[in-house]
Amino acid sequence: MPKTCALCKKSRAILKRPKTGQQICKECFFYVFETEVHNTITESKLFQPGDRVAIGASGGKDSTVLAYVMKTLNERYNYGLNLFLLSIDEGITGYRDDSLETVKRNQEQYDMPLKILSYDELYGWTMDAIVAEVGRKNNCTFCGVFRRQALDRGAAMLNVDHIVTGHNADDIAETVLMNIMRGDIARLGRCTLICTQGEDTIRRSKPFKYTYEKEIVMYAYFKKLDYFSTECIYSPDAYRGHARTFLKGLEAARPSAIIDIIHSGEAFEVSEEVKATQKLQQTCKRCGYMSSNELCKACTLLEGLERGMASSGITERARKRLEAEGPAPDSLRTIPFFKPPSGNPTVTIEVPS
Amino acid sequence: MSNSENFLAIRVEFGGGLELLFSNQRSHKLKIPANISKNSVGKPADIDYLIHHLRDNLLKERKELFMEKDTVRPGILVLINDTDWELEGEGDYILQNNDEIVFISTLHGG
Repeated sequence: MPKTCALCKKSRAILKRPKTGQQICKECFFYVFETEVHNTITESKLFQPGDRVAIGASGGKDSTVLAYVMKTLNERYNYGLNLFLLSIDEGITGYRDDSLETVKRNQEQYDMPLKILSYDELYGWTMDAIVAEVGRKNNCTFCGVFRRQALDRGAAMLNVDHIVTGHNADDIAETVLMNIMRGDIARLGRCTLICTQGEDTIRRSKPFKYTYEKEIVMYAYFKKLDYFSTECIYSPDAYRGHARTFLKGLEAARPSAIIDIIHSGEAFEVSEEVKATQKLQQTCKRCGYMSSNELCKACTLLEGLERGMASSGITERARKRLEAEGPAPDSLRTIPFFKPPSGNPTVTIEVPS
Repeated sequence: MSNSENFLAIRVEFGGGLELLFSNQRSHKLKIPANISKNSVGKPADIDYLIHHLRDNLLKERKELFMEKDTVRPGILVLINDTDWELEGEGDYILQNNDEIVFISTLHGG
């Protein structure tokens, strides 16, 4: 027997909401999905009118839905934002090149300027070349460190105030679990923040912090949004994979588990004594990016690659071996010095025709 | 009885990367027996039966990415005629002629 929508009491229900257990119809689903994101944005005061905001776009489901919803809300509620798409090309043949085609279509569909910044351009290395050098064991470390910095640098080139990413409630709950299992107190303290900002870096926010992955996928399905869904060809992050499988099992037994874990993470307080032992943020002496050491992680990894000792950024033993060989040569390839945004964009961006 | 009464025409769609496990083909048209026997007791074909049928007949690789225990792996969404299967009794839903069943993986990166 068809079930009636719990909200409008008229139309036929098509979805059971994991967060509330409510059965709702398609129109009410679109409305509550968008309104909850709007409420998250306004309650956290994420934006100011006139802000330039880059959407970190991979072509995958989360960032595709985020771009669509940001555009919708910006128009519906007059946020007054200038929206951009920012994509990082890691240089993974057969994976990222295909997903970037999706982003290029999104640029047309959503009428937003797009900037693509490649690892090759910024670091002189594609992920294909890095994997050829380091193998498939630690390559996710390189990719993760390089992507984070590339997003900030791409954002600086666009002269934006803010980057939004498609991290959803499931992702954040996974990260909370991973940080607990690893005992990473510093990250546990900040991984549930909706908005983070370093000294001189651009603000980063997660408007989908409370949005379930199931609803994002359902939204994309019912709106027929165009997204790309292939696993990265270089083995997925195994540790996150375990957390994810565990979390999906929990969700199947009790759907509210995801939001409950996020709330636990938010309620977790790091004591002042522990905070005092944590490293202060400084600027990387080589590239000017924020860092907790003299050299930032990206510079450390790049130096290892350039000097043919890629594992020096991964293990203590390999780092000592690198240091024993003396200081980095002056001819070493380095990352261009980081300039936080000020004034006009330093790049020309593609504007949809 | 005519053939059409013994068999159901079912359309199956895969999305979110699941199609890669099924010959990289998103849409499949199947004929499913309307009645099946389980533990030597006859009963109408349901979604649970369809899931096993897909695994045994159409799945080309890595079956652990499609099924876990006796159902789809957690994280795979199922829609029955564009309705969340959680509203339709999940695996117990009795298949009807011309049903469209969609399986979408949520497990691939964003």
